[in-house]
Amino acid sequence: MNEITNTRMNPGIDPSLSIWNWEIPIYLFLGGIVAGMMIISGYFLFKGRTKDVECSCFLVPFISFILLSFGMLALFLDLEHKAYVWRVYTTFKIKSPMSWGSWILILIYPILILNILIRIPDFLSKKLKFLKSISLKINSHPTAIKNIGLVSMIFGALLGIYTGVLLSSLGARPLWNNSTLWILFLLSGLSSAAAFVHLIAKSKYESHLLAKADNVFLSLELIVLVLFLIGLLTSTQVHISAAEFLISGNYAPLFWVFVIGLGIIIPLIIQLYAVNNKIKHQPVAPIMVIIGGLILRFVIVNAGQASHWFNAGMLK
Amino acid sequence: MARFGMVIDTKKCVGCMDCVVACKTENNVPEGFNRDWIVQDARGSFPTVNLEIRSERCNHCDNPPCVYCCPTGASHIHNLGGVVLVDHELCIGCKACIASCPYDARFVHPEGYVDKCTFCIHRVEEGLDPACVSVCPTYCMYFGDLEDPNSEVNKLLNSRKHHAVLPEAGTKPQIFYLE
Ligand code: SF4
Ligand code: SF4
Repeated sequence: MNEITNTRMNPGIDPSLSIWNWEIPIYLFLGGIVAGMMIISGYFLFKGRTKDVECSCFLVPFISFILLSFGMLALFLDLEHKAYVWRVYTTFKIKSPMSWGSWILILIYPILILNILIRIPDFLSKKLKFLKSISLKINSHPTAIKNIGLVSMIFGALLGIYTGVLLSSLGARPLWNNSTLWILFLLSGLSSAAAFVHLIAKSKYESHLLAKADNVFLSLELIVLVLFLIGLLTSTQVHISAAEFLISGNYAPLFWVFVIGLGIIIPLIIQLYAVNNKIKHQPVAPIMVIIGGLILRFVIVNAGQASHWFNAGMLK
Repeated sequence: MARFGMVIDTKKCVGCMDCVVACKTENNVPEGFNRDWIVQDARGSFPTVNLEIRSERCNHCDNPPCVYCCPTGASHIHNLGGVVLVDHELCIGCKACIASCPYDARFVHPEGYVDKCTFCIHRVEEGLDPACVSVCPTYCMYFGDLEDPNSEVNKLLNSRKHHAVLPEAGTKPQIFYLE
């Protein structure tokens, strides 16, 4: 028997870490979905879909802008020393994913604005007339649009990857300390984004394409989730105990029912029927995917905080 | 270059918590928070039980993940003795460092910045021992330069069996417990 008693009871730290509440999972989810939307709309731009007036690449960057701003707000709300937030931008720390992320986020905004300028939403162009001339300039250079698409895809991927690396670089939490986490978060961001764009897409072509793409993302996500768990289960005792939080522990119901079942497998089955024209495209499947992606972030952030080098062997 | 560390004799420690009180007083640690604490590690079952009492705090690791992950440089390695410190004016309270520490040695101070043991660097710079070391009634704690072969800490480490806490986490902790 090994019994450890500790006189420390620091708020937020003991008995198990609870420093990150709803703000961080929301931020990681919004960051992930925006990353996926940038990749998707960037791809449409790159493929020259701007010729189609119904292309979702005109609306998606604007929505991304709003969602990312909510994500940044959530991140800001999580900070404990808010008045000092500007300190992040007085330095660049090469070993800190948090520093990388802060700078990537700042670079994402001008890229989103460039995307929005390709076709300015009506309510904006009426108020800010000068934007029209910029938009005309961009549209007179088809290669410029292609390049904006390419840059969007690259920065979207960086953003999606960073949301996973942020957690996986924290070696003290065995559940996060896994090199597949960035792939999982990138794929989950892509699947949620494909689902979201599918929901708002006006063109039939896009709905069909995005449902197909979503099926690929969801299948890959499932494979990576399995690899993620295998990676933990074949590692040290603390990693095995961390995996057990998801497989059979406190987070198992959320993980199996909402992340795997309702978030991946059921929508995948529905969408497989839809892309094979057996049933009509249903909004229910993409909605399930988006909710599943959100719950995935909550489960990983919370179970990761509970996983520990000390208590992993004792808590089940 | 000095490398400060601590050696704590678990054969002498009785878990009286004087070190905890001394730290709270010396460093104005707010109510409900601790920069150092006592762990009782009991192994076996009666009558063959082994009890180790440890006074724990930030290990001032040589490979400190808390410093690497900090986006502002608030968490840094002090130029004197490799002590790991937090600059309150630089800390944004993102808590990445808290999540990165396998020892859970850090906490958010009610004023918003992240706080933890400083090895009482303000005392050490004046040639004094950290407050916890200086008050221990059983003299079980030793503070000094681990790089100096003639330091008391080094002599103890060379002559007694010892261990660190969770060395497998890979952060190279600089507090050693004599067995
Ligand atoms: S014990 Fe924790 S806070 Fe202290 S230096 Fe090591 S990792 Fe950083
Ligand atoms: S909470 Fe403060 S010290 Fe810790 S990583 Fe963030 S900015 Fe650095």
